[in-house]
Amino acid sequence: MKYAGIDIGSRTIKLAVLENGRLIFSRKSVASYNPLETAHDLMDSAEFDVITATGYGRHLVKSHLSCPVISEITAFVLGARFFPNNCRSILDIGGQDTKAILLDPDGNLCKFEMNDRCAAGTGRFLEVMAAVLGFTMEEFSTAALSANRAVKINSMCTVFAESEVVSLISQGADRDEVARGIHRAIVSRSAGLLKRIAPDGGIFFAGGVALNGCVRILLEQEMNRPVFVPPDPQIVGAIGAALKGSDD
Amino acid sequence: MADYTNMWESLGLDLKSHDALLSVLGNAYSDIFLSQKNRPEGMKYFDFVMSEVHGLRIQEIVNAKEQGRKIIGSYCVFVPEELVLAVDGVAVGLCAGAEFNFEGAETLLPRNTCSLIKSAFGFKLGKVCPYLEACDVVVGENTCDGKKKAYEILGPLVKDLYIMDLPQTKSETAKALLKDEYRKFITKLEDVSGKKVTADSLKKAIEIVNAKRMAVKRLAAIRAADPAPISGLDALLVNQVFFHDDPFRFTDSVNKLCDELELRVKNNSGVFPEGTTRVIVSGCPMAVPNWKVPLLIESSNAVIVGEESCVGERGTRWLTEVGGNTVEEMLDSIVDRYFNIDCAIFTPNPSRVGYVKEMTKNLHADGVIHYSLQFCQPYIMESGPVESELEKSGIPTLRIETDYSQEDAGQLKTRIEAFVERLKKK
Repeated sequence: MKYAGIDIGSRTIKLAVLENGRLIFSRKSVASYNPLETAHDLMDSAEFDVITATGYGRHLVKSHLSCPVISEITAFVLGARFFPNNCRSILDIGGQDTKAILLDPDGNLCKFEMNDRCAAGTGRFLEVMAAVLGFTMEEFSTAALSANRAVKINSMCTVFAESEVVSLISQGADRDEVARGIHRAIVSRSAGLLKRIAPDGGIFFAGGVALNGCVRILLEQEMNRPVFVPPDPQIVGAIGAALKGSDD
Repeated sequence: MADYTNMWESLGLDLKSHDALLSVLGNAYSDIFLSQKNRPEGMKYFDFVMSEVHGLRIQEIVNAKEQGRKIIGSYCVFVPEELVLAVDGVAVGLCAGAEFNFEGAETLLPRNTCSLIKSAFGFKLGKVCPYLEACDVVVGENTCDGKKKAYEILGPLVKDLYIMDLPQTKSETAKALLKDEYRKFITKLEDVSGKKVTADSLKKAIEIVNAKRMAVKRLAAIRAADPAPISGLDALLVNQVFFHDDPFRFTDSVNKLCDELELRVKNNSGVFPEGTTRVIVSGCPMAVPNWKVPLLIESSNAVIVGEESCVGERGTRWLTEVGGNTVEEMLDSIVDRYFNIDCAIFTPNPSRVGYVKEMTKNLHADGVIHYSLQFCQPYIMESGPVESELEKSGIPTLRIETDYSQEDAGQLKTRIEAFVERLKKK
């Protein structure tokens, strides 16, 4: 049996297929204004027997395919087990959500915290800030790492932070130092969520923002705990959904 | 529904906005309530009440007014219905559950005011709440700071706003204050109605309100059954109608509903399959038509089996002792009864979390969803300690903070689904 999981996120749609407990296929696509069409394109490119949906667009797919759905939070809990690690908590920073999840000693979902409504301090925040500073995402992370100090960014709201960054630049602040400040801001917010529910142990870091080396390093420094990033941090939710299908 | 245009016009409603409100309300009601499966027959009465909530019921209130009875509106379960009934008045809960005319409300209130207060102002300024417009007296009670200060702004907008002070601790002096306030309220009621509170009228009033609360308590107890004989949405609706309906007819209808539900329990039939994940909702009141969170919960493979809320057990779980022979003795019983209410404005407030635990056990709930309205400081502040106390006692708890808008529905749905998935694993 081939078990697929599809994770319809706000910025990317991810598909993973498992067979005999091994990942045999994975693909990602940038989400469009028509997530269902993008999801169909992805599904057409893969072979599978059953599919489980997760991500904020899960109910959309469910209404078209009548497939089972699970929340992203459970999907990340299951997906994290796929990668050998002994982390006690998961941090997922995606396009519009940040989730901190505490696992029990058996690796089950114990407690979670999630941002309430806006995309403050998520992947979308980083994207907008990179654009304001004229960086690609890769340049953005590298520039932030190269800076010796961070300029303090006070606002986590994408709209307010954008005007804050614009005014810092016009006052002659160093671009790299502003970049580092933005990275630090997102890390301290996520660390706050994590500290509230998961006081110790390794952190499994997933979602698109885990691709950002600077966030990863600053998170490790801030938490003073090991941070584990899986080989493809964006696919964890899709793998979790596929695993859910194989469990049922 | 009959044509009530003249009545609404004479109450001074803005007919165009009111029509728009009723049409939105009607659609929401049929989408949320009428689409539920296996509903008890007894809910038909409440469907009827809701379809006539601004019609027939207002007609009755207007008729009562013509007979010289006074209409006393309030926004809080601390305002004793017994005292209103003892001067042959009509007690009504006022509209504060919909996101209506918030732009208007925000011309008078800060943006970061809770939805409940904003809603009350939105209805007043938009002239769409016939209950409010029919009131002879509106009682503003000093509970949270938001309401307290909002009443200062509401005062000039309504015919007769009466402020009732409330204590914030459970000390003896606090209790004396409550008694003093209730005594002043009696004087006010006697003044406006021209009728006296007598031992006889007060005794009758206590019995009427007790009967109403007993019916709702009976409903609450039946919900311990698995499969759940009634949805949380329907049970919440009954608790919401509690504040608007004629007390005799309401009591009778709830008891009939309970007869039917008891049969269901006997036959092991319900609205959701046996073994469905069961949750208690605890926190801020959900005034009609605030059905947002219950709908999200019950469309996420869970059933709500109890509400620890002012629109729910916090408002109804205590009865007034019927022992006294004089107005003074009965007033003491009423004070005793109301002084139990464990609203988060009290400090400290340990009995509330204790009761949530008791409900969880008695109603066989798997977990608790703590519901706070954004900017409701007392409940948000209390939610942290409540959550840790419940989790410490092995009761999984999800804290949510939201308002009347739909903008966070997606995120809430994800959190609620994940919480239900967590409960299922147990």
